[in-house]
Amino acid sequence: MTTERIDDVWGARTPHPRATAWPTRVDLHLEDGVSEADVDRWVQSACLLCSNGCGCDIAVKDGRMVGVRGRETDRVNHGRLGPKGLYGSTPWASSPDRLTRPLVREGGRLVETDWDTAMGRIVERSRQLLDEEGPLTHGFYTSGQLFLEEYYVQAVVGKAGIGTPHMDGNTRLCTATSAAAFKESFGADGQPGSYEDIEHCDALFLYGHNMAETQTVLWSRVLDRTHGDDPPRVVCVDPRRTTVAAEAERTGGVHLRPRVGTNQALMNALTRELMENGWVDEAYVATHTIGFDDLRSVVAPYTPEEAERVCGVPADDVRRAARIFGEAEAPLSTVLQGFYQSHQATAASVAVHNLHLLRGMIGRPGAGVLQMNGQPTAQNNRECGADGDLTGFRNWDNPEHVRQLADQWNVDPMTIPHWAPPTHVMQMFSYAEAGSIELLWISATNPAVSMPESARIRRILSKPEVFVIVQDLFLTETAELADVVLPAAGWGEKTGCFTNVDRTVHLSEQAVDPPGEARSDLDIFVAYADAMGFVDRDGAPLVKWRTPEQVFEAWKESTRGRPVDYTGLTYAKLRGPSGIQWPVNEEHPDGTARLYADGVFPSDTDVCETYGHDLVTGATVTEQEHRALAPGGRAFLKGAPYLPPHEEPDDAYPLRYTTGRSVYQFHTRTKTGRSRPLDDAAPDAWVELAAADAEARGIADGDRVRVESPRGAIEVRARIGRVMEGAVFAPFHYGHWDPAGTAEDADARQANELTMTVWDPVSKQPVFKTAACQVTRIGG
Amino acid sequence: MPHLSTYVGLADHSEKTLADSFRAVADGHAHVSDVHFTCLTLAGWSDDHRHRLASVVERYGEDTDIDEPERLHAAGLAEVREGEVGLLRDLQDLHVLASLVQTTWTVVAQGAQGLRDTELLEVAHHCNAETSRQLSWLNTRMKVAAPQALIVSP
Ligand code: SF4
Repeated sequence: MTTERIDDVWGARTPHPRATAWPTRVDLHLEDGVSEADVDRWVQSACLLCSNGCGCDIAVKDGRMVGVRGRETDRVNHGRLGPKGLYGSTPWASSPDRLTRPLVREGGRLVETDWDTAMGRIVERSRQLLDEEGPLTHGFYTSGQLFLEEYYVQAVVGKAGIGTPHMDGNTRLCTATSAAAFKESFGADGQPGSYEDIEHCDALFLYGHNMAETQTVLWSRVLDRTHGDDPPRVVCVDPRRTTVAAEAERTGGVHLRPRVGTNQALMNALTRELMENGWVDEAYVATHTIGFDDLRSVVAPYTPEEAERVCGVPADDVRRAARIFGEAEAPLSTVLQGFYQSHQATAASVAVHNLHLLRGMIGRPGAGVLQMNGQPTAQNNRECGADGDLTGFRNWDNPEHVRQLADQWNVDPMTIPHWAPPTHVMQMFSYAEAGSIELLWISATNPAVSMPESARIRRILSKPEVFVIVQDLFLTETAELADVVLPAAGWGEKTGCFTNVDRTVHLSEQAVDPPGEARSDLDIFVAYADAMGFVDRDGAPLVKWRTPEQVFEAWKESTRGRPVDYTGLTYAKLRGPSGIQWPVNEEHPDGTARLYADGVFPSDTDVCETYGHDLVTGATVTEQEHRALAPGGRAFLKGAPYLPPHEEPDDAYPLRYTTGRSVYQFHTRTKTGRSRPLDDAAPDAWVELAAADAEARGIADGDRVRVESPRGAIEVRARIGRVMEGAVFAPFHYGHWDPAGTAEDADARQANELTMTVWDPVSKQPVFKTAACQVTRIGG
Repeated sequence: MPHLSTYVGLADHSEKTLADSFRAVADGHAHVSDVHFTCLTLAGWSDDHRHRLASVVERYGEDTDIDEPERLHAAGLAEVREGEVGLLRDLQDLHVLASLVQTTWTVVAQGAQGLRDTELLEVAHHCNAETSRQLSWLNTRMKVAAPQALIVSP
């Protein structure tokens, strides 16, 4: 088996000049002993191992998935696949530890049972709670890895069947800030930019986005520009000296290294520099935005010297970066977890929009913003509203929007819980802790490892008063604590659509049968709705659909007239050569490359998805306040002063702890950990320290160390690495599950033992990047 | 201007009560992380308001002897309540205190207008606007807490 993409993550360069098409290169991987001639069928899909959404075909032989091949004609990847896509897409499916039968808890142990028994227990408990205490006892925590159709059905069941506001996804941990920032700036979610902007940009800013590791194929696309003629200048904002940072320096750009937790001060200084130097398109600002004067007074104190004092970034570097942006003809910005999971997440991400709005640099080739997602189908959760959003980018606070959905679902608008903002997952776990949520249904996610302060999360999941249902591919650390475990079908074992970062919708077709009695998440939620007897106003079944395509057609109807318009898409159309960017409708039958080309934003009071928030407190803006601003299609320029992080280092915990990922693993390794090449490349956890901090503690590369915060500790090996002095980095992929059985620290390596229970006031995304910690050597 | 100085004194005093009460709620509900951190931030705003007012207080003298507005001196939150319903009640108490602060700033601003005291006017406007933001947050947070606390809280 060749696994060259492990060592050569981005593959061979295919450089090309600015404004020319990105050349194709087809990447292929087949299991040992299988050649292309042996493959029985190729089945159309897209990769599900990050948010990039690379188009691929699944190789099937003897009813098994045996490999993948990039789709040359797909607009996202032009044939390429990265290491996770190549080596991680299929091996998990035939892993011997797949869940193949439902499990129920008997005398404290999980035992195998049949579907009728498992679903019977769920329905009995669910019915009893609804009858006795009502819908607020039910919480749903879902994923960023299901299909659009599955989220839509879940949203209908939760919002119109049960009527609970407690629905969220692990998208809260990865992408909530992206959505929140769009809503604050433009009035509704929706990515303005397109991946093709990489071909056209003359400056590329990556904010807290280690693209080289998180979206490897997209980084190949960037490298093919930076190695070609007329390359863009790259500016990297990241406290670590990443591959992206090195490329920034190589291209004559800048690497800005703000101290952890100080992004907002840096953004304010960049904004101020644009204003001070006249790098502002005044006509655009006057016609298409509101809030300029307020923004100017907010950023006024943030001179480059002030940024240097707060962030530790040399003032001249701030000036240089601002100049690159200010003088660019087509700047492209991307944003990810370094901003989203940090202190003042939404404010800092909104500040990126502000820079583009000030210069009128949005909606043109090369001039755009890509607020990235962490997970492949996070976007669909936001669209369908199985998380804290209302289906079809609608506004909870707008009775007309709620009525539209009630009409479509044929239910009383009062059923749809819209009296307050929906409950985010951190709050849901608090309710479960306090005993007011008594049924928690978790699908395709592993909160026992991935949520902050994970010991607390496990305690809550273990409470006998909370009835926990988990549906997943494997018996994860979370499933081990459940009362009922349902075996789910995964990618390639079911059909459905999903949408990547740049609004490209792909259809992923079923290639093989799921193992044993495993069922798709769609079938599971339909079965639950049937068993519960949820009905509409006329007594007909609420969930009327049986196949993914039927659900897709219903979903399309709910997007009519909304910014996220799918009405022009069909499964047949999606079986074409490439994924298609929404909105797709009569006006744009082939999709839409960029939003807001005309400078008109979905900010009108009757159109918008939210009336907005105070970026510091999270207080909601009321309808009357919003109407008084008369946004009428203009974008908001919103600012916020820098605030110090929630937890400052002190004598006991003098270092700053941040978490992140490895290029070879995804999430809690449920899939990637079951791929030999990927797991061999990153088998175990570690922490990264700066040389000076290591030396001060007598720590050498490879020593075993204890990392401790006020909440917990891990014991892992140290790497002397690319972090800046005062910072400690730990990958978040590792729980106690240990596929190779060789990890010496399997019980003491979970990065989230140390993180805090605290979240951004607007997006409610937990802050994973700013806890205080101490590191001590415990052995060689 | 004996009465204006009384209201300047009242602004100072009620901001102090509000700041102390925000801190009491932050400590008392420390496990409710957003309440904890936001209340600390908002307490800081009230501290800052007193700071801005300090030079004005010096000019006018802080008059706390007059009887009449004494009735307006609301007691702060000495002790917080427990649980989800307790949190709701505490937030409501904070809202009452902040409302008193806000109307006080409105009255002070009117006096400053009459005297053409631009310094005081600016302070009053700034603080009034931030008190609105404190109130907005309290409103938002109460709306979030209410259904669960009232219907299913054990
Ligand atoms: S970049 Fe992402 S979507 Fe593309 S192959 Fe890699 S993991 Fe899959």
